[in-house]
Amino acid sequence: MRGNSAALEAAGVDFCYYENDGLVLREVSLELGAGELVGLIGPNGSGKTTLLRVLSGLLVPNRGKVYLDGQDIRTFDRRRIAQRVAVVPQELAMPFAFSAYEMVMMGRTPHVRPILGAGPRDRQVVAEKMELTATSVLAERPFSELSGGEKQRVIIAMALAQEPEILLLDEPTVHLDINHQVEILELIKRLNRRERLTVFATMHDLNLAALYFDRLILLDRGQVVANGSPAEVLREESIREVFRADVQVQQHPTHHTPQVVILPLT
Amino acid sequence: MKRCNPIVVILVLAVALVGCVVVAISLGAVAIPFSEVARMLIARLPGVSLPPSWSDTSILRRAQDTAGISTIQAEVIIFQIRLPRVVTAVVVGGALAAAGAVFQGLLRNPMADPYIIGTSGGAALGATIALLLPIQVVWLGFTLVPLAAFAGALVTVLVVYNIARVGPRTPVTTLLLAGFAFSSMLAAVMSFLMLVSGHTLRRVVLWTMGGVTASSWLQLRIVVPLIVAGVIAAYTLANDLNAFLLGEEQAAYLGVNVERRKLVLLMLGSLLTGAAVSVSGLVGFIGLVVPHVARLIFGPDHRLLLPASTLMGSLFLVLADLVARLLLAPAEIPVGIITAMIGAPFFIYLLRRSKREYVF
Repeated sequence: MRGNSAALEAAGVDFCYYENDGLVLREVSLELGAGELVGLIGPNGSGKTTLLRVLSGLLVPNRGKVYLDGQDIRTFDRRRIAQRVAVVPQELAMPFAFSAYEMVMMGRTPHVRPILGAGPRDRQVVAEKMELTATSVLAERPFSELSGGEKQRVIIAMALAQEPEILLLDEPTVHLDINHQVEILELIKRLNRRERLTVFATMHDLNLAALYFDRLILLDRGQVVANGSPAEVLREESIREVFRADVQVQQHPTHHTPQVVILPLT
Repeated sequence: MKRCNPIVVILVLAVALVGCVVVAISLGAVAIPFSEVARMLIARLPGVSLPPSWSDTSILRRAQDTAGISTIQAEVIIFQIRLPRVVTAVVVGGALAAAGAVFQGLLRNPMADPYIIGTSGGAALGATIALLLPIQVVWLGFTLVPLAAFAGALVTVLVVYNIARVGPRTPVTTLLLAGFAFSSMLAAVMSFLMLVSGHTLRRVVLWTMGGVTASSWLQLRIVVPLIVAGVIAAYTLANDLNAFLLGEEQAAYLGVNVERRKLVLLMLGSLLTGAAVSVSGLVGFIGLVVPHVARLIFGPDHRLLLPASTLMGSLFLVLADLVARLLLAPAEIPVGIITAMIGAPFFIYLLRRSKREYVF
């Protein structure tokens, strides 16, 4: 056990997929306090998804450690991790004909016992989480026939059915129209505020990230280069350098969060 | 999406299977009335003693009148010839269908069948070598052929699994390709052996076509518990198989220890296949198509799919073997020919009939 118990913590993490390949993550240290709402930004290939995989215990760092509730995550087995940490992946293909309800029920996997299957408590949790994500009306529909926004809400309901303390999301708004982007981010914020979930999400849209997250972490080529409030992280110099794009940072007209405006090269 | 009640499905399939077993025992070169078969089977159940009026010879006498055989002859036909054969069909059909469902789910591949990662190649080569060797071995009631087939199947899967391993992981694609490459090599060795062996060629060909003919109670005493245990063990992993359908990464996020489960499921599937192959040779088609038929009718949830596939596989092989015995009686047709000839049109009919696109 470590004294300062963050919900999830990376301490000096180096990671590479194959030996002799370059490091994808380099000395990454970060803490997620219980109940925090934190966004991870950075250009494509900066290691965002890899960091999420490391934090979920799926990938083991070459150096450094990940702590879950102050305890080395490697001492947990997958089932116990899944009861505390849920991951919403960037894309989830389900080619089989499962209904939305059956998909959400799969979130109970770390809780249900073999043979006995889902009990009344599992059904109750699934119903609650579908209510929470406004997916109850989709219950009987085949998952594969849902729209992008509906699918994303069902997948979030599935993650919530794990009854986690920590929710990790990989680009939860990618491929969605703005109305659905807002819908998903409002849902995530509600989960954080009302259900007291610790949320950590990778985001590629800097403005949405600034609007919805309390704290942002900027990743560049596998290294944390900024960590703080949106106003502290989204600064013109650092964005120009990390994203190699010419930008101007303005203030949101009503919310006083920074908003990044792109300046075309020509 | 309406789903069937699992308990009702299992009960209906189980009752249908028992009915088919009675029919299959009663029909043959000598027909024995259903009632007589049922009575004799019930009388042999442990803890059952029939009232005297039932064990009275009146029914037996009628049987004798119609079939022209005595009670003792009927007993011998039922318990020494037909029942072992039908029981073999039940366990082999069930094992192959269950193994097929496991492999299709685990590998997320609609073309997966029990033989996909080399069990067939290994078993066939083992059997061929055993047929060619001029030695006689009998162990636990098994001759060398089934033993060599069983060993060949399991050893091949272990070899393929280790070839496919990349560090701590065994990716599905590598597994499929390694299985294909390795079993092609084994098939080539087998072809070569057949070519140089000459006179045993026909026996090898017959073995690869599969059949449920020559099983003794001694063999079944080993194979039946093995297969029953394998099916039950696979069923306890149904939740994990469902999670695997989401992809291995998501299965891990849902708490499944992916690599360990994969090895366990591969071994279970191969054990079921190996046990089935050892008593029946390479019966094709069932392991590929029965799980698809079950999925088309009952949906993709493995908690229903696995038991339903198992029972349907049993049912199908019992019926196919019955047709194989009766169609050109007294000659017998290799059952693999019948399974494909009846099963394929039925499967095509189901595919065409389903209103939604069959998303595997």
